Amino acid sequence: MKLPVYIGMLDEAEATLAASLRVVAEGHVDEPDVHLILQTLAKKCDVHREALKPVIERYGEDVEGEEEHRLTANGVTEIRSGPLALLLDLQDLYVLVHHIDVTWMLVGQAAQGDRDEELQRIVKQCEGDTELQIRWLKTRMKQAAPQALLVAE
Amino acid sequence: MTDRITEIWGERTPYGSGQDWPERVDQFLAEGLTGDDVDQWVQSACVLCSNGCGCDIAVKDGRMVGIRGRVQDRVNRGRLGPKGLYGSWQGETHKDRLTRPLIRVDGQLVETDWDTAMGRIVDRSKDLLASKGPLSHGFYTSGQLFLEEYYALGILGKAGIGTPHMDGNTRLCTATAAAALKESFGADGQPGSYTDIDHCSAMFLYGHNMAETQTVLWSRVLDRLDGPNPPRLVCVDPRDTEVARRAEVHLPVHPGTNLALMNGLIRELFTNGWIDEDYIERHTANVEQLRSVVDPWTPERVAETCGVDAADVRRAAEIFGTSDRVLSTVLQGFYQSAHATASACQVNNLHLLRGMLGSPGRGVLQMNGQPTAQNNRECGADGDLPAFRNWENEEHVRELAGIWNVDPGIIPHWAPPTHALQIFRYAEQGSIGLLWISATNPAVSMPQLSRIRDILRKDSLFLVVQDIYLSETAQCADVVLPCAAWGEKTGTFTNVDRTVHLSEKAVDPPGEAKSDLDVFLDYARRMEFKDKDGRPLLDWSGPEDGFEAWKECSRGRPCDYTGLSYAKLKGGSGIQWPCTDAHPDGIERLYTDGEFPTTPQYCESYGHDLLTGATTGETVYKATVQPGKAWFKALDYSPPHEEPDADYPLRYTTGRTVYHFHTRTKTGRSRRLNDAAPEPWIEMSVQDAASAGCKEGDIVRVTSRRGRLEVPVRVGDIRPGTVFAPFHYGYWDTPDGGTSEGGSPASPTRAANELTITEWDPVSKQPVFKNAAVRVERLRAGDGPSKAPDTAASRPATGGQP
Ligand code: SF4
Repeated sequence: MKLPVYIGMLDEAEATLAASLRVVAEGHVDEPDVHLILQTLAKKCDVHREALKPVIERYGEDVEGEEEHRLTANGVTEIRSGPLALLLDLQDLYVLVHHIDVTWMLVGQAAQGDRDEELQRIVKQCEGDTELQIRWLKTRMKQAAPQALLVAE
Repeated sequence: MTDRITEIWGERTPYGSGQDWPERVDQFLAEGLTGDDVDQWVQSACVLCSNGCGCDIAVKDGRMVGIRGRVQDRVNRGRLGPKGLYGSWQGETHKDRLTRPLIRVDGQLVETDWDTAMGRIVDRSKDLLASKGPLSHGFYTSGQLFLEEYYALGILGKAGIGTPHMDGNTRLCTATAAAALKESFGADGQPGSYTDIDHCSAMFLYGHNMAETQTVLWSRVLDRLDGPNPPRLVCVDPRDTEVARRAEVHLPVHPGTNLALMNGLIRELFTNGWIDEDYIERHTANVEQLRSVVDPWTPERVAETCGVDAADVRRAAEIFGTSDRVLSTVLQGFYQSAHATASACQVNNLHLLRGMLGSPGRGVLQMNGQPTAQNNRECGADGDLPAFRNWENEEHVRELAGIWNVDPGIIPHWAPPTHALQIFRYAEQGSIGLLWISATNPAVSMPQLSRIRDILRKDSLFLVVQDIYLSETAQCADVVLPCAAWGEKTGTFTNVDRTVHLSEKAVDPPGEAKSDLDVFLDYARRMEFKDKDGRPLLDWSGPEDGFEAWKECSRGRPCDYTGLSYAKLKGGSGIQWPCTDAHPDGIERLYTDGEFPTTPQYCESYGHDLLTGATTGETVYKATVQPGKAWFKALDYSPPHEEPDADYPLRYTTGRTVYHFHTRTKTGRSRRLNDAAPEPWIEMSVQDAASAGCKEGDIVRVTSRRGRLEVPVRVGDIRPGTVFAPFHYGYWDTPDGGTSEGGSPASPTRAANELTITEWDPVSKQPVFKNAAVRVERLRAGDGPSKAPDTAASRPATGGQP
């Protein structure tokens, strides 16, 4: 039964994403929408972790084999500078969110296979948020890209 | 006619439900003149608010000398308000008018001729296009030009240059109205009509101080209130406005908490079964999501969050839920506050839940602030594509390219349109090198002014300003173009309820001033913008050509103008769009059959997530839309981002007074209007004034994280905990004209926007002017009471002075 390993990784990935969103938010205070909305999105990660808690408790903290598995790199720990900074920072977040998005999907499938109703409910509640995070990042990057790539110096 | 400074709304002409609003003609002529002295009356409509009152301009010896309401006009039936009467032509005949172009030479603005001024612009423009491309150009326009001018600007920006960086100050006033209409109904377009006031049995005003912002519309309401079977009135506003005083229920919510209230009202409708199941089933989508979002918002929870009585929330909901014909109007109290689009959508939702749309007295008026804001939205000078086309719809872009005979690739549709604050951000970062500002004054009207001033004065920015006076913004420009004002040029414009008016030229502009249209056409000519066949992109000879071109562009779209013409608009009343061959008199109300423009091929927008502004996108939209049905869009409440704390314990909100418009460019130059409200003030409640240790008229310092004001205090009937400042005041009429330090006011402590925050609604991108945290300290005694008007919402506290 390796599902608990995956759930542990998911929890960690959400923690990493939340921290990364906050780093990028704090680093781009001069872009008020980025600054505020990334904080809102980070709160969603907190909610996801909260939602996962009962399942993690159910399976126990010490899940064998977890240490060897890492979903993603360390996340964003500092922001870049220069004309491409915003675009690249958002793109980093985009990669992180995509990892999480597909992980939720896989966990969801396992939850169905296991007929774990609690977990199915949690997946249903959270996966929409991940999709929203993706959509917002795309919207904002689309807006920023032409200016950053063509004109900014 | 009575003195309309004191008698703002004039004499009452009461009428009952379903009757025609009686006529009453208001007229004001220059001193010593009578009607017999007038050589000619020239047809127009007033441009000092969004109401669009039809009027005639009196001309004598080639000069404007008076104004009279048009009795045959559906909007005002002869009436005019204080600004129209005292500030229209009077605000334009001041000696300060710009009469020659100015260019900056060795740091100073000096007079020059048009060739030199336009030459400078064109040189810089061509340089930048060659070195950096179209994204180096930004255009920031107004809500006060004419339709033809916006359309010309839209074409030259989108098909001449090809920049997505176009917006107007409509972003500050009406963007949320447009956004909410698109989210709920699929496209912009005002559902209701002013005549709904004649029929309604209940009226809700959400953040809309109609008594001061649209005085003639409020006269219509007053006449209903004083007539038989008056409508029941509900007011949502933190101030004790005239609207609040006449309301049966006044909900003085804390600024920033509108959405909590709206969610609570909707919940009451569900709980009490005051909904039209059949209409919901046949004409809407997503009701279950709405139901679950509002579910936690009991009246008690609303009361706690918004600072109002739970019983009042219930009463308001009961009035909405049980009245037979409900009309809602919405304005800046919602649009410029937190969760703007979501709150405005909830107003639409209330009406959808009850099927209260599209019949007499049952309607929504998502208001505009400015007279021609609607045309900016329609014509694509604000970033949207003309005639409510969808930038994400390839077919719409192709259609537009066909109309203009240009390659679709030049029309910026590969990214969302750039909104005003983002345009300024690009200018701040230096990637926009040319910013062209027409008929607006961001140096006073934008949030966080110290930052805006720095941007406008940046060396890397070539700033072009066209205006009628040397505004605070024009003072920062590299080139200033003197323009013709209302009455000095011909064009059309459209008011809040889709009424199109023709405004004809009555007199010549002063000196060498030119119409804004002529300036845009001249620029297009000099830039040699061409269509695919090498013909000039903009070959109009004047405004009527522009109107005819616009008609073609609007054909088959929700704002269809094809049944209108200058000839048809002459003589009678304004006419509402859509106006087509099939409906030659226009259509009074939209959505009479419950069919909404949400079909993917037709809609103006695929919609957004209300929390973040993420776009839905074509694929998801097509997969989820139920074509022809309206959307219930909903969002849970979360507290605003800047809330009062120990350092800044009070909530700060800004707004208008009845005697001024915008940054007082015109109204501040009208003697009567200026005397009525000559200088800035702030309003505080009796309690807050007492705890700050200050009395009426004391000079106080109001500080936010971004700046400070030093102005007299008016102790008034505002809700405790909230401070209000009128946003009209800037620096042009201070002793140094606001230019003592290289274009920056020596003491920038008068403009309300020194304090406001740079933040915007995620969907409409409208700045959040009405929610900031401040503290107030007493500086010194003033010389007597403040000069705030003793009328309307700013009048002294009724409970007596502390
Ligand atoms: S209500 Fe508005 S449009 Fe009418 S006269 Fe007054 S300012 Fe002008």
